[in-house]
Amino acid sequence: MAIPNDVIINIEHVSKSFGDKKVLDDINLYIKKGEFLTLLGPSGCGKTTMLRIIAGFAQADCGIVSMDGADITGVPPYKRPLNTVFQRYALFPHLDVYDNIAFGLKLRGVPKDEIEKKVKKVLKMVSMSDYEDRDVESLSGGQQQRVAIARALVNQPKVLLLDEPLAALDLKMRKDMQIELKEMHRKLGITFIYVTHDQEEALTLSDTIVVMNGGKIQQIGTPTDIYNEPQNSFVADFIGESNILNGTMIKDREVSFIGHDFECVDEGFGENVPVDVVVRPEDIYIMNKTEGAQFTGVVKSCTFKGVHYEMFVDSDNGYELMIQDYNAFEIGSTVGLLIKPCDIQVMHKERVENRFEGEMTADDTVKFLGGEFKVEPVEGVSAGDKVEVSVAFSGVDLLDHTEEGNLSGEVHFILYKGDHYHLTVLTDDGDFVWVDTQDIWDKGDLVGINIESKDIKITKKND
Amino acid sequence: MKRVLSQIYVWILLILLYSPLVFIAIFSFTEARVLGNWTGFSMKLYKNLFTGGMQGASSLVSAVENTLLIALIAAAVATLMGSIAAIGIFNMRGRGKKTIQFLNNIPMLNPDIITGVSLFLLFVFLHISQGYLTVILAHVTFCTPYVVLSVMPKLTQMNPNIYEAALDLGATPSQALRKVLIPQLRPGMISGFILAFTMSLDDFAVTFFTRGTIGLDTLSTFIYTDARKGGLTPELRPLMTIIFTIVLVLLIVINVRQASLAKKSSR
Repeated sequence: MAIPNDVIINIEHVSKSFGDKKVLDDINLYIKKGEFLTLLGPSGCGKTTMLRIIAGFAQADCGIVSMDGADITGVPPYKRPLNTVFQRYALFPHLDVYDNIAFGLKLRGVPKDEIEKKVKKVLKMVSMSDYEDRDVESLSGGQQQRVAIARALVNQPKVLLLDEPLAALDLKMRKDMQIELKEMHRKLGITFIYVTHDQEEALTLSDTIVVMNGGKIQQIGTPTDIYNEPQNSFVADFIGESNILNGTMIKDREVSFIGHDFECVDEGFGENVPVDVVVRPEDIYIMNKTEGAQFTGVVKSCTFKGVHYEMFVDSDNGYELMIQDYNAFEIGSTVGLLIKPCDIQVMHKERVENRFEGEMTADDTVKFLGGEFKVEPVEGVSAGDKVEVSVAFSGVDLLDHTEEGNLSGEVHFILYKGDHYHLTVLTDDGDFVWVDTQDIWDKGDLVGINIESKDIKITKKND
Repeated sequence: MKRVLSQIYVWILLILLYSPLVFIAIFSFTEARVLGNWTGFSMKLYKNLFTGGMQGASSLVSAVENTLLIALIAAAVATLMGSIAAIGIFNMRGRGKKTIQFLNNIPMLNPDIITGVSLFLLFVFLHISQGYLTVILAHVTFCTPYVVLSVMPKLTQMNPNIYEAALDLGATPSQALRKVLIPQLRPGMISGFILAFTMSLDDFAVTFFTRGTIGLDTLSTFIYTDARKGGLTPELRPLMTIIFTIVLVLLIVINVRQASLAKKSSR
């Protein structure tokens, strides 16, 4: 990877585990000078740990963090030229506003009159002049956050780290603070690294968004890139509303999904390759007449959302689509639907079936994922052989009671694919099983996992 | 009716608890050598206590001095050790933390006599000659867990990012400890110190077994010996009254402090 020379922080091959749990898995990332970069992802995706490693509060198990070309992996936090705004402000309750802000300057031995000048200036910047003598605990959440930002900025750091700084504020206040933060970033010209789980906040504030999940970077790009061209179904689902559907790339510039062929702009996937297709709900054109439409549908529900209406439409081939439009369409009416080539985002499938390593424990029994399963005997495969096991997503059955299954696990992630749900199930041993099902499950449900013998395909491994 | 009965119950309990103390306090204002005889109001016993006009006055004064000195040193050392231990335990994770917290509670539940005897045997085993040092070591031992217990809640109430915020602003770990952590823990440390001080003041069993044979007496061992010699020296009555009053005042101070702190943090 070629690294531009205006990079301030460079992260190479950073991994981190807590016990058995891998929170960061080989992270590579560079941050440019003056950039507003956001680490975005659901809770537990590793974004806060990444920030703590940059700040120096946590140590990476392996990998290098460098700043301005110098390796700072082992440098303690108090020697790093960056400052942090913490999630719950972390102001010093025994000090007043002035002393909180002056804390860093006093430690560095800055002369008293200069401290006073700097504190006054920074308080003005966060619109908190005249609050110097206030007890920090007497301030509101928003005011405390302003003091926390002032306390970090007064030290003139090269990089400001912000760990979900607005999470504790109410919606209105959050919107106002977003604008102010963006304005501060523009005025100061320093690098901001921002952590949030709020995709809207990330889209509003950032120059660059890094979407993270499961300790891995899913995509790096500008807000427009991330929104318009998500690279996988996780990003598509996490950022904004979307219809994520199974499709087949027929050939270059032609993709088939929801039972129809569409013209698209993507090339280079090959012919007849299974893909994931993303269509944003505002990109499906809906009209009362069916002439000139690519396909038709019946309106199932219509909800007013302020600026637009949100409708669920059953397509002629039985797929449910979410559509947003400024006009309302009557429930039960037949509508014509149209999708433009440039609004279809085609993505490589991360996987097309479950694959596991297994071992035959008898001629008709295979052991994988820590459970034993009956299989139909295959010629040339006998007890003791190492085998590769493949199971179609639809071949996995989920059961209400964990003890009824060969394995048990927890529903980890749910994706609606228009006519079925695609579930990621985390087994008790920490392996992933992917399941296609019509049944409705909730995230966090505990399930039993069963696989019938007819759905298990085994092939002997050549060693 | 129910209210009246419960009121009466509380008063009976209070009378049972406090009547011996009140009894001693009343009879400290009379001259009779035998406790229970009222020979008219007099401050003579108080005067004797402070001017030394009584038998064995010097050994009583030195016992009081020993008691206060031991309590001060033991409480100070226990506060230091207990606070550091609490920070360490707080930063531990998982099963280790639970185990240590459990181990910290045992010395408090353990009968004093067992603590005393086992320390006695330990000092003999290690050939440490018993005296001032062993008594202080013993007192530090049983006081420290109380300090840990009173500092711990302050740590759990504290925003966990505060220490990191100090490091982030350029404080070295020791500066962060002095400028941020200790000011946050101070109320807990003060309560812990007062608790340790009164525990040490109060102790008889442990002192008795660890003071050795050099004739070191604290107030409690002095009273014990004195009572066995044939009746309590009457001057002990005003002394106990004074000590009780001091402890009462200290307890009120602790409670008022805690109440005002709770009020402040709930605001």
